[in-house]
Amino acid sequence: MAVINADATRAATPRTRKSRTFLVLNIVSVVAGVAIWWGLSLAGLQFPSPAEVVAAGWTMIQDGSLVTDVGASLGRVLAGFALGSVAAVLVGFVMGWYTVARGLFEPWIQFFRTIPPLAMLPLVLVLMGIGESPKIFVIFLAAFLACVISTYQGVVSVDRTLINAGRVLGAGDGTIFARVVVPASTPFILVGMRVGLGSAWGTLVAAELLAAQAGLGHRMQSAQLYYDLPTIFVGIITIGVLGLIMDRLLMLAGNKLTAWQENR
Amino acid sequence: MSTPKISVRDVEKIFPVGNENFVALGGVSLDIADNEFVTVVGPSGCGKSTLLNILAGLEKPTGGTALVDGKPVSGPGPERGVIFQQYALFPWLTVRENVEFGMRTAKVPGDERRRRAEHFIRLVGLEQFADALPKTLSGGMKQRCAIARAYAVNPSILLMDEPFGALDALTRVRLQEQLLETWSKDRRTVMFITHDVDEAVFLANRVVVMGARPGRIVEVIDVDLPYPRDEDMRLSPEFGELRNRVWHSVYHQRQIKEPAQ
Repeated sequence: MAVINADATRAATPRTRKSRTFLVLNIVSVVAGVAIWWGLSLAGLQFPSPAEVVAAGWTMIQDGSLVTDVGASLGRVLAGFALGSVAAVLVGFVMGWYTVARGLFEPWIQFFRTIPPLAMLPLVLVLMGIGESPKIFVIFLAAFLACVISTYQGVVSVDRTLINAGRVLGAGDGTIFARVVVPASTPFILVGMRVGLGSAWGTLVAAELLAAQAGLGHRMQSAQLYYDLPTIFVGIITIGVLGLIMDRLLMLAGNKLTAWQENR
Repeated sequence: MSTPKISVRDVEKIFPVGNENFVALGGVSLDIADNEFVTVVGPSGCGKSTLLNILAGLEKPTGGTALVDGKPVSGPGPERGVIFQQYALFPWLTVRENVEFGMRTAKVPGDERRRRAEHFIRLVGLEQFADALPKTLSGGMKQRCAIARAYAVNPSILLMDEPFGALDALTRVRLQEQLLETWSKDRRTVMFITHDVDEAVFLANRVVVMGARPGRIVEVIDVDLPYPRDEDMRLSPEFGELRNRVWHSVYHQRQIKEPAQ
């Protein structure tokens, strides 16, 4: 057994060996973390043990409440994030392309960027009521503000030579925009979208803590009233895992779309 | 005599730099005949790239006129192909898609476009890399792709801005020979900018020597060596003599005006 392992390691390239070591360290770290958590809960700290949390999670899956909550939260975040990203890409392009638009949009974007989207929630709740729209709006704002500057940067920093190359090949403004500026700024847009997704997810949960009838944040909020720690843990872990999965999916899509970049 | 293909008359380009005016080009006049291969050589700051950009329609002169086929240049056009030192390939497109870019803008129908792209990709010897992305190509291959891309829109003029400047010496010599071979099969009017005297003499019918401060034409030297040219020619005494003349003209220029400090 040991011999086979040693051979496999030797045959592997340095790169895969390195990433394998990395993966092993990751697993060791997670196992150790859970073990410490378990140890602390056994030592009498006011923590539920991992077993209790798993049990609570299982119950919530079986009675369907976890699925409902995840569905409600994901629906909001995806709606807000999609709207925010589309708007950010449009506005970012217009700002990067037209000086007039840049002058008009910039002060407002810079101003709203300094306000955490959640701070808008009281106002938005008053104006839009307590349905789905205020939450989606706040998430939209979070995703939009994170992504718009990045898109704009991407458009502004498109290599001048590429634009000239397009022009001398007979391309007009529209063609340059669609076939040079848009693809050249894709890497920037994707970075913006990743930041926007993180921001949207964080805003979502906080918005649900304050005002929602369903969703992961709401579930944790009501569990708090009953001192139901395992449910809170299930909520926290679910939020983390979902955020990680969404980020990785976006990263994979991004790698595929920008595989042409020189420095990869 | 017929009208020259390219005619530059008293072209002037002045940039404000701080409080002073920098004279990139101070009244340059030059005629280039149809199917002529002209190289422009000079020290940095002599305005050779500015002159090329003006002919390409990427910059406007502050004085004088630049005529192509007797008509003033008023922007870029597909009859003037440009090849840049930094290759300027679209990195998200394959070699074939890069070559097809200009034909797509010109709305050349699909069949015709593919056929022509195929032809020019073969002409520069990249047929095995037609579906490769630029990041997988060497510098020399990238520049060959850029040449195919420029040729594919069928320009009557090729403007080349130090196209081989970033390549190693061996690749550079190979590409010079390939360029001449391509040009002899498919003649165009070429204006080729370089700072390499050997390159300037090897390629050209005529070498235009420019000087700096202000940017101007110092001397025009005819190269009456027959094409096709090869390695032996590079070693011939006639070539050496011409090279020495150009070298002398480029590197022993008298400053007209002391640089303003």
